[in-house]
Amino acid sequence: MRREYDVIVVGGGPAGLAAACSAKEAGAKEVLVIERDKEAGGILNQCIHNGFGLHYFKEELTGPEYAGRFIRKASKLGVSVLLDTMVLAVEEGRVTACNARDGLLVFTGGAVVLAMGCRERTRGAVAIPGDRPAGIFTAGTAQRYINMEGWMVGRRVVILGSGDIGLIMARRMTLEGAKVLACIELMPYCNGLNRNIVQCLDDYGIPLYLSHTITNVEGLHRVERITAAKVGTDRKPVPGTEMYFDCDTLLLSVGLIPENELTRQADIPLDAVTKGAVVYENMETQKAGVFSCGNVVHVHDLVDFVTAESQRAGTAAAAYAGGKRCPEGGKVISVQRGAHTTYTVPQAVRLENMADKVEISFRVNQIFGDSEIQVRDKKKLLCRFTRSHMAPGEMEHITVPRALLQRAEGDEIRVSAVEKEAGK
Amino acid sequence: MYDVLIIGCGIVGAAAAYELSKYKLSVCVCERYNDVANGCTKANTAILHAGFDCPVGSLEARLNLRGIQLAQEICEKLDVERVPMPTFIIAYDNSHELEYIQELYRRGVANGVKGLRVVDREEALKLEPGLNPDIKAALYAPGSAIVNPWEYCIAMAETAVKNGADIKLDSEVTAIEKKDGYFRVTASTGVYEARFVVNAAGGWSAQVYEMVGGTGLAQTNFAGQYYILDKNQGEKIHSIIFPCPDEHGFKGICVTPTVHGNLLVGPDCYQAADGDHVGTDPATLENLKEAGRRSVPDIDFSQVIHEYAGVRPNTQVPDFVIGQASKCPGFINLAGIKSPGLSSAPAIAEELKKILEDCGLAAEKKEQFTDRRRRIIFRRLSDEEKAEIIRANPLYGRIICRCETVTEGEIVEALRRPIVPRTIDGVKRRCNAGMGRCQGGFCGPRVHEILARELGIGPEEVLMDEQGTFLLTSPIKEEAAYEKGI
Amino acid sequence: MKELICIVCPKGCRLKVDEEHGFAVAGNTCPRGEEYGKAELQNPARVLTSIVRIEGAPGRCCPVKTDRAVPKKEIFRVMETLKGITLQAPVKTGDVVCQNACGTGASWIATKDMKKAE
Repeated sequence: MRREYDVIVVGGGPAGLAAACSAKEAGAKEVLVIERDKEAGGILNQCIHNGFGLHYFKEELTGPEYAGRFIRKASKLGVSVLLDTMVLAVEEGRVTACNARDGLLVFTGGAVVLAMGCRERTRGAVAIPGDRPAGIFTAGTAQRYINMEGWMVGRRVVILGSGDIGLIMARRMTLEGAKVLACIELMPYCNGLNRNIVQCLDDYGIPLYLSHTITNVEGLHRVERITAAKVGTDRKPVPGTEMYFDCDTLLLSVGLIPENELTRQADIPLDAVTKGAVVYENMETQKAGVFSCGNVVHVHDLVDFVTAESQRAGTAAAAYAGGKRCPEGGKVISVQRGAHTTYTVPQAVRLENMADKVEISFRVNQIFGDSEIQVRDKKKLLCRFTRSHMAPGEMEHITVPRALLQRAEGDEIRVSAVEKEAGK
Repeated sequence: MYDVLIIGCGIVGAAAAYELSKYKLSVCVCERYNDVANGCTKANTAILHAGFDCPVGSLEARLNLRGIQLAQEICEKLDVERVPMPTFIIAYDNSHELEYIQELYRRGVANGVKGLRVVDREEALKLEPGLNPDIKAALYAPGSAIVNPWEYCIAMAETAVKNGADIKLDSEVTAIEKKDGYFRVTASTGVYEARFVVNAAGGWSAQVYEMVGGTGLAQTNFAGQYYILDKNQGEKIHSIIFPCPDEHGFKGICVTPTVHGNLLVGPDCYQAADGDHVGTDPATLENLKEAGRRSVPDIDFSQVIHEYAGVRPNTQVPDFVIGQASKCPGFINLAGIKSPGLSSAPAIAEELKKILEDCGLAAEKKEQFTDRRRRIIFRRLSDEEKAEIIRANPLYGRIICRCETVTEGEIVEALRRPIVPRTIDGVKRRCNAGMGRCQGGFCGPRVHEILARELGIGPEEVLMDEQGTFLLTSPIKEEAAYEKGI
Repeated sequence: MKELICIVCPKGCRLKVDEEHGFAVAGNTCPRGEEYGKAELQNPARVLTSIVRIEGAPGRCCPVKTDRAVPKKEIFRVMETLKGITLQAPVKTGDVVCQNACGTGASWIATKDMKKAE
């Protein structure tokens, strides 16, 4: 087996596959994808519902179909994919992995792309009170049991959290004969896409309780009863508003966390908000030659955006492996979150290294109607983008031209969201 | 007919079985759950205490000190994670607390604890920089350690079985009949006869004692809740830290690393109705945060990965209740083994051995006694060792739990040991799979599949933990499922 | 006038559909939105996805979808048509698994390449 590659991609989900394909297309000769599962495609393999690919392929695909297109493309381009193999450590230009067939493997690469994806927040992370019976699953774990193993995990279900996976699983379990009693969301808005409220909850008459939380789980061996209550503006339960659900299952859809253990081990700086690596305009981390893309950088709402971002990372990784270096001493502009935005990716832009424009992704922290996104330097407004609707559940993107960034005074810009004033 | 039947296979029952299996005795352990270490032993603070705070002259004081001495040896021989770690009892600038650590110091010295010192703020902070800088002084006790409590129990139980002891899982004892010179013990899996019966039933000891007509023992179990935080928090301190007790005399909320590198904060203390099932509540957990930060200000509670509650098997008697029942010769209580029970367990077992001898049970040492146990823990191996073990057994090359880097080889090995875990949590306690930050979200279904395959059972038969904790309800789209009316 | 949230893409446009004037749609930002608005009030339909059992492949289940939207009122009947079907590997994306389910004209098709297990 070859041990030297131009680009090594850690993770064979949508991010890793797109990065690998683009690296190959950008001229990297030998590209390796290392995937821990027995097949490539990552979490898309268990996302059997449709709704993927509208941006990228301009048609509606299921998760396995979307993954399948990239798996076939990677194969056609001659990307090497090593399955059932776990990466144990990443250092500059060196990746240690192991599998059952080849034992311990040490690869060297001209560039490394980190595309490990994310994991789900658990009961422990959100501290749901009560007993600890069986029957409490993260939505993704339930999805795996149902769609990959072919087993139902419950008959009467309550869902905590309104993330898209939770909404999708509400419909999925209903279609396979379970009764979904409620979807309970702590925030006053739904965290999933509007279309999923309509086609996953409304279609099947499943109530969505916003500004509610679970205050107790009862059950000696298996979940037997769940208590939910309304929360006040302090997000604390309001006594007297309790509702009781007799059920055997609780699904959790309470957020995703980028899986950055390898990144942390490699001493690559992480962003405290995204929990992903801090990246430059081309998805390069603070460690030269190590790139990162997809949900391991920040949790996306749509796989199409993962693909686009990962293509940038793959192209840049190929260039790095081919010897291209960012010119030293050029101006670096720090991209900061401003009013009502929670983070930005990238966190910094190197003017000398960027193309004629840069795409900046971020999320807002409240629901907006007619509004605009403003980019400012310390003194003035650089540009603005109008929006008719923004929500925390949806990722926002703006494209900022290089010429505009060159006009910025100082070495910092800020991205803010503002409600449009009436009459303007 | 067994010589000795032990009721309960928590840390006390396992230590007793391990000790007795060194002798030419026939030993049987009845455990009500489907695995060992499933009661108080699985949910506690996981500390081998230095022994300074036990009342002078108590059984607790004597057995605690002897117990931690034995633990050092046993953990070494049986491959149990144990990390020596000092304890600090921190005192703020008030006369009550400053006097209290002096009193603890005197008590500890009287108990025979070595190395105790009262240190001032500067020295305390030098020894443990993670401490709250606002403290005034601390009691420093170097003799303590942290331990993997369930591994400790499993290791002793497995070794007992390897040396001839019988273990009956799923065997809740429902009746004990005193016959002429022996007992008839009715359990859910059968009727067993034994010359001596040992009550190591933890939070249910009083109930078991009542089965032989015992009176005067009342179970007054106390529960406590805990937080487990991710490893980036476990790195922050290198000591076991307690505050001074509150006005009710309750030990206070501890902050300590675990042997797996996580940080543990807890427990609080309140009366519990049930002997081992207790839940968590938000108000209590909120208090834990406050108390934890008071000892170690730098704890980041956004890194919590798990909360749990545990039971301390108290009785109304302030000390351990150890000895032959006065009204029922041949029935020996090891009851009320609350803290420092984990620390004392092997010493309690030695005590049991003496009691049995006093009762006339002649015990001769076995010529052959297997007293060694080794596990392969993949994540601790060097790269060369990893390559070597995968060559020898390719299953070690497949990582099942990615948070804790646990391989299929380790899981399959655990399933071939003398006491076979049949549940996802049983595997978790033996291999650490599912113990990490994703809490089994990824590896749960994979461990599930391995259990079904290796044990030759259907996926629906794999449980999360104790009896009744089923995970799957029905297969999807199978004709048979519809016909069965599932 | 009926207000709807469009589900044809993640944008979630807010549509207004006028039932009294030929189901005229406003608020859409693409032609598919108009189509959806009209259909949703007259003959609502959904694409369904599920799994079927498969033998001879590394996995136990093969994901499937209906090749077109099926009327909402037929959803559960169409789901029933998959019960008891067992595929044999290999299967290719797009292979028909169950034709013309419940006479809706929609067929269940595989959405993943399922190779034969080695």
